[in-house]
Amino acid sequence: MTGAAAVAASPHRDDVRSRMGMWLFLLTEFLLFGGLFVAYAAYRSIHRVEFHHAGAELNALLGVGNTVVLLTSSLTVALGVHALRSGRDREAPLWSCATILLAFVFLAVKAVEWSVKYEHGLFPGKPALAALPAGERLFFGLYFATTGLHALHVIAGAVVLAVAASLIARGRITPDAPVIAENAGLYWHLVDVIWIVILPLFYLAA
Amino acid sequence: MTEATVGTREASYLDAGHRRGIAAWILSTDHKRIGVLYLASLLSFFLVAMTIGVLIRIEQLTMGRTIMGPATYNALFTLHGVIMVFLFVIPGLGAAFGNFMLPLMIGARDVAFPRLNLLSWWFYILGAAIVITSLFTGGGPPDTGWTFYVPYSLRTTTNIPVAVFGAFVIGFSSILTGLNFITTIHRLRAPGMRFGNMPLFAWSLYATSWVQLLATPVLGITLLLVMLERLFGVPIFDPAKGGDPLLYQHLFWLYSHPAVYVMILPAMGAVTEIIPTFARRTIFGYRFIAFSSMAIAGVGSLVWAHHMFTSGLTDQAALAFSLLTFLVAVPSAIKVFNWISTLYKGSIELSAALLYTLGFIFLFGIGGLTGLMQGALAVNVQVHDTYFVVGHFHYVIFGGTGFAFFAALHYWFPKMFGRMVDERRAKLAWIPIFVGFNLFYFSMLVIGFQGMPRRYFDHLPQFHTGHLLSSAGAFLMVAGLLAMFHNLGRALRGGAPAPANPWGGVTLEWSTASPPPEENFAVLPTIPAKPYIFPREVAP
Amino acid sequence: MSTPATHGTEGAGTLVAVWAALVALTATLVAVIRYAPGNPGIVATMVITPTKAALVFWFFMHLREEGRAIRYFLFAGLLTVIVFVGLMMLDYGLR
Repeated sequence: MTGAAAVAASPHRDDVRSRMGMWLFLLTEFLLFGGLFVAYAAYRSIHRVEFHHAGAELNALLGVGNTVVLLTSSLTVALGVHALRSGRDREAPLWSCATILLAFVFLAVKAVEWSVKYEHGLFPGKPALAALPAGERLFFGLYFATTGLHALHVIAGAVVLAVAASLIARGRITPDAPVIAENAGLYWHLVDVIWIVILPLFYLAA
Repeated sequence: MTEATVGTREASYLDAGHRRGIAAWILSTDHKRIGVLYLASLLSFFLVAMTIGVLIRIEQLTMGRTIMGPATYNALFTLHGVIMVFLFVIPGLGAAFGNFMLPLMIGARDVAFPRLNLLSWWFYILGAAIVITSLFTGGGPPDTGWTFYVPYSLRTTTNIPVAVFGAFVIGFSSILTGLNFITTIHRLRAPGMRFGNMPLFAWSLYATSWVQLLATPVLGITLLLVMLERLFGVPIFDPAKGGDPLLYQHLFWLYSHPAVYVMILPAMGAVTEIIPTFARRTIFGYRFIAFSSMAIAGVGSLVWAHHMFTSGLTDQAALAFSLLTFLVAVPSAIKVFNWISTLYKGSIELSAALLYTLGFIFLFGIGGLTGLMQGALAVNVQVHDTYFVVGHFHYVIFGGTGFAFFAALHYWFPKMFGRMVDERRAKLAWIPIFVGFNLFYFSMLVIGFQGMPRRYFDHLPQFHTGHLLSSAGAFLMVAGLLAMFHNLGRALRGGAPAPANPWGGVTLEWSTASPPPEENFAVLPTIPAKPYIFPREVAP
Repeated sequence: MSTPATHGTEGAGTLVAVWAALVALTATLVAVIRYAPGNPGIVATMVITPTKAALVFWFFMHLREEGRAIRYFLFAGLLTVIVFVGLMMLDYGLR
């Protein structure tokens, strides 16, 4: 019996257990960003006007564009899992590749955003940031911390998806034991959900 | 009750496996071995931090400098706190006894994710190593106190980034353990083991795990932000950059208050196992205790700003958090009533485990009451940042979790190691521990109330007698602790072989051998429909 | 204990429809904030953002196939963040 088939047939297999563990892990990621959202809520309530001003400095178009990129990447992940479950395990890794491609697009846009800010001196350690009023400085502090941490999670998610895609391609994840791939998908979707919250907080603050 | 198997020791988890030596332990995914790994690590760190505590008490024997200067003093109380909090009490009973006993108690073969369990321990050790590194690199050991308050933590030249990163890594250990236990309890209970007849230690671990899972990430992000601000100048907390130091306190205590319930809930759970066994009576109010565990976890997550009453909160916030703090005392009190009610008219056997447990109830009671006192805003203004607080939290954490840890250690020692502990010596050691403890920390409550500030290297003449008494109590207590540990060490090397059920317990861990076989149960025992039913003794 | 592997109750069509809804909601949110700034924008954010998240949870993350336990877990996590923010506002919101 191959490894995958053995897992599928194993009497100890408990997919709910695997997914439950993954959901619990996702909750911790949500609470990690939750701390940042708490900080945002706090600072926004005492620096309402400055947050509004600082938000205008961000490129809403890029922010919305990246949102559509991530939403689409969620679709491709979901279609990949769907393909796997439907037995089309040759097709599934292709969807993962599409997702990873979209992740690269997202990161590229983010890199552009950050380098533009860097050139304008609106960057930690740079003079233009230090010259801003306190509330605007804090907006940017939270902006870089939040989107930076999110970008790290995009990278991590892309790696996870790449590993899952490779396991599918090698037959180690099969249509009747897809839980690892499903879990990889769950992680990616959470990265998307967090961005869904980030969008209005920062890019639509103006 | 199962038949005792004295004398012959069959193959147990201690001998199993194809690896040899240290690899057999540090690469094992057996929850029992991981529990023992945690136990050994926890106790080692406890002894280190205890020694630091002794040095602190020696320093306070005289006014002015005794054996160290102020900078060293600051570093030592920081290290004492960091080690005790992050490396001993928070993992605490959950990591040591939860890992070992939870699967046994619910009739499972292991936890839900055994490899993740081993990873938890590895994160714990890695985090500890990183913290130790901060002592000898960069600007040396942190001197901010274990709470790392800004702005000082952003300014001090000591090695904050590395120390804080170490704590961050240790946090992963806690999160993964919580994740593992929640899934284990939901998915791995044996048929017939429902939530409604699950042992109360398991219930306490369930409540604890939720706090570990949801609260620890908030500490994670807070520490990460401190690192980002220090290393890259990202404006978040630093008032010089427009930040609000109070935000740090909010975020820090958002985790660190629920963390104290992580510390105490498994301790209460263990106590809830020990009392019925040595009173030979069913626990009074099973449902109340189960629900109160969840209530403590829930309400306890809503009181964090009571650490900040003098920091500059709005009046409305202070009032709300004061009220919530009073509310959270209710479920704890419910537990105390239930324990006492279980003991009342029970057939008491004063074992060492029960003796430490009784100590727990008394000391936790004082700790809890002094906590309530601080929940009152007017009192808080008087006692915040004084030794009253230091006395309070040592009563709850040490008198509470610490004593429960010792109780659990004596209770489950035969099961874990297949050896009996000398009961007489254990009980004798308790005396200097208990007497010394009270002299040590009650003196603190007194001088704190009189105004002695905490985290001060020096003290004024009017507090001198109090400090002397406190230090004397410390030395007496430590002597007792050393005797207790020595006794346990003797038992480990050459104690009498333990039967499967030396105490007549009725939870599932007692129906397998002492120590258990690797697979926990050769045959799964029948699960009692109702928990904590003790067979009636035949009347003479 | 195993569960049937193929339980994809949603087809590819549903997934694409959900995606379209997500993009439409995003566009709506941007439009409201752009053309009706201030309170309408805040209301729109408080309604649309959770809705988008809910769509991702329910359809993309298969929450509609999961049992009560996992649904309660998610609810507990979300409630925790909301309560934390709420209690914080007793301090920051009233300064």
